[in-house]
Amino acid sequence: MKVVIEHLTKIFPGRERKNPKDVVAVSDFDFEIPDGKLVGLLGPSGCGKSTALNLICGLEAPTEGRIFFGEDDVTQLPPEHRGVGLVFQNYALYPHLSVRQNIRFPLENLKGDAKLTKEAMEEKVQEAAKVVQIEGLLDRKPGEMSGGQQQRVAIARALVKKPKVLLLDEPLSNLDARLRLQTREEIRRIQCETGITTVFVTHDQEEAMSISDLIVVMKEGKVQQVGAPQEVYDSPANLFVAKFLGNPQINVFEGEVKDERLRIGEDDLLPVKGAPDGKVLVGIRPEAFVWNKEGAFCCGKKAVEVMGRDSSIVFTHADAVTSQPRAIIDSELVSAEIGDEVRFDLRPKKVFLFHPDTEERILFS
Amino acid sequence: MREKRTLSQFKAWLYLLPAVLFLGAFLVYPLIDVLIYSFEEGYNFASQTYQGTGLYNYSYVLHDPYFIQALKNTFLIVIITVPLSTGLALLISLGLNKIKALKDLFQTIFFLPYVTNTLAVGLVFMILFKKTAYTDGMINVLLHAFGSPGVDFIEGPYWAKIFVMCLYTIWVVMPFKILILTSALASVNPMYYKAARVDGTSPARIFFRITLPMISPMIFYLVITGFIGAFKAYSDEVALFGTDLNAAGMNTIVGYVYDMLYGDSGGYPSYASAAALILFTVILTITMINLLASNKKVSV
Repeated sequence: MKVVIEHLTKIFPGRERKNPKDVVAVSDFDFEIPDGKLVGLLGPSGCGKSTALNLICGLEAPTEGRIFFGEDDVTQLPPEHRGVGLVFQNYALYPHLSVRQNIRFPLENLKGDAKLTKEAMEEKVQEAAKVVQIEGLLDRKPGEMSGGQQQRVAIARALVKKPKVLLLDEPLSNLDARLRLQTREEIRRIQCETGITTVFVTHDQEEAMSISDLIVVMKEGKVQQVGAPQEVYDSPANLFVAKFLGNPQINVFEGEVKDERLRIGEDDLLPVKGAPDGKVLVGIRPEAFVWNKEGAFCCGKKAVEVMGRDSSIVFTHADAVTSQPRAIIDSELVSAEIGDEVRFDLRPKKVFLFHPDTEERILFS
Repeated sequence: MREKRTLSQFKAWLYLLPAVLFLGAFLVYPLIDVLIYSFEEGYNFASQTYQGTGLYNYSYVLHDPYFIQALKNTFLIVIITVPLSTGLALLISLGLNKIKALKDLFQTIFFLPYVTNTLAVGLVFMILFKKTAYTDGMINVLLHAFGSPGVDFIEGPYWAKIFVMCLYTIWVVMPFKILILTSALASVNPMYYKAARVDGTSPARIFFRITLPMISPMIFYLVITGFIGAFKAYSDEVALFGTDLNAAGMNTIVGYVYDMLYGDSGGYPSYASAAALILFTVILTITMINLLASNKKVSV
């Protein structure tokens, strides 16, 4: 089922008595989720991604705009009639019910023709439990399980009614680092197996990039960029997106374009064909740096952090906006005798120019 | 190693000493004393003498029509007021939890009876129900207006008195229950309701399958303390029917104990002790049953 979102806007009325200012949680959200894809809504906290999810789910009514599931306009439908499954950040498993009862709960709500016999319910519960691999735990109470297991139960409960759209609100944020890695692959596997269109919300760029077919980067209620993870990473639309994706963060410098050549400070770095003259913000990915004794970009060395496969060189530069610019370099290439001055060549594809005021991308070839 | 342990144990007992002394002197000793009195026939406080030992005190109390009346009244009050007050409190709390405007105001209003003196509330009930030379009481005036002959609630038929008694008790005990239940309801994570909404759960099912189980520990706490409190009812009766409860036929077990100790001619500590122990047994039994039932039903 594809999901089409048209000009979705959500405004919460201001709470302060004296100076009530409306809070625009989601502003003019326009997006189409193709059928059977896994989409990650990504952004810092407070960017409106959870509100967007609640709007798709139906827990919140939009101020403006419409939502379609397939061809059906579901904007006015309450959540139970939309055919969505929602997994909460804290799982929201009913603590007094066993895992089996928890998963069966949505089925027991069915009325009229849709009503199921006990056997049919049990069958569906077993089926959902099998998908998330918790068949052996059905008689436990949620309190007797680990976070990862509870997460699986929550997903099973959301899946048991065969929803058209599966929504996950920060599904991994309550898990420890190792479980997070495991569970995100699990989510990917479940999504592939069931083929259900899935939207998940996260503030962790790595999480979103690693399992999504598409990511939507949001900031202050506005969509910044939509695209396949690699595409967004390789070609960010603005400085915010460039900064938000990638770990370690992109390095930002103040630079200047003159006669289609990029300069930072004294160093003449790259040809930038098609870029207009003037001051620019230069974003350089850490992996863009190639260590070279005769390199064009001259920086002062601060520290070398060894991370095994790679090493990161923390350096200083007079025109750096980033407080600790760093370059990631293959450990084998780093020799012990790095002087106080390091020089780099830059890979042009990993260097982005942004307008100093609007922070929009300036394209060059 | 061993010495260290004995020392620390000694220290622990030293710290416990004040509490142990107080509890022993003012709780354990009197309890045992009451137990002993209840088996000593015709014990006299002044001369500290008694005529013999045995079960006569219990036999007397259990055959005393006043005690039987008190027992009946107490049980009626317990059976009527505990479920009704808890149920009503739950309904009111649910309502309070739903409204947004004026919530604080209503919460305060519902809590007011709790901070009001029992006797002051009794006075209000007098105005509502008591027949005097000048007026028939407000409720009767209303009843007359609807063409009913009216009833004497304070000195009239038994059912009328029990009615006023129960109404009064419910009125007095409800604020505390409302307070406890509203906070219990507010502490249920709203996330559960959201999850239930997405699953299309009907309001009735949300209440019975989610809300009720989640606040069940609090409800059982209220039921158990409610039972105990209602069994020990006395001051409310005095507030409504005066000190001569036997004459009004509205005595309770605690009232009976009090009368036996200090009532008219006064000074039947043996009978009072026996009655008190019977009450103790009844409360203990009921509480045990409650706890057993709650262990099965209450989920935490």
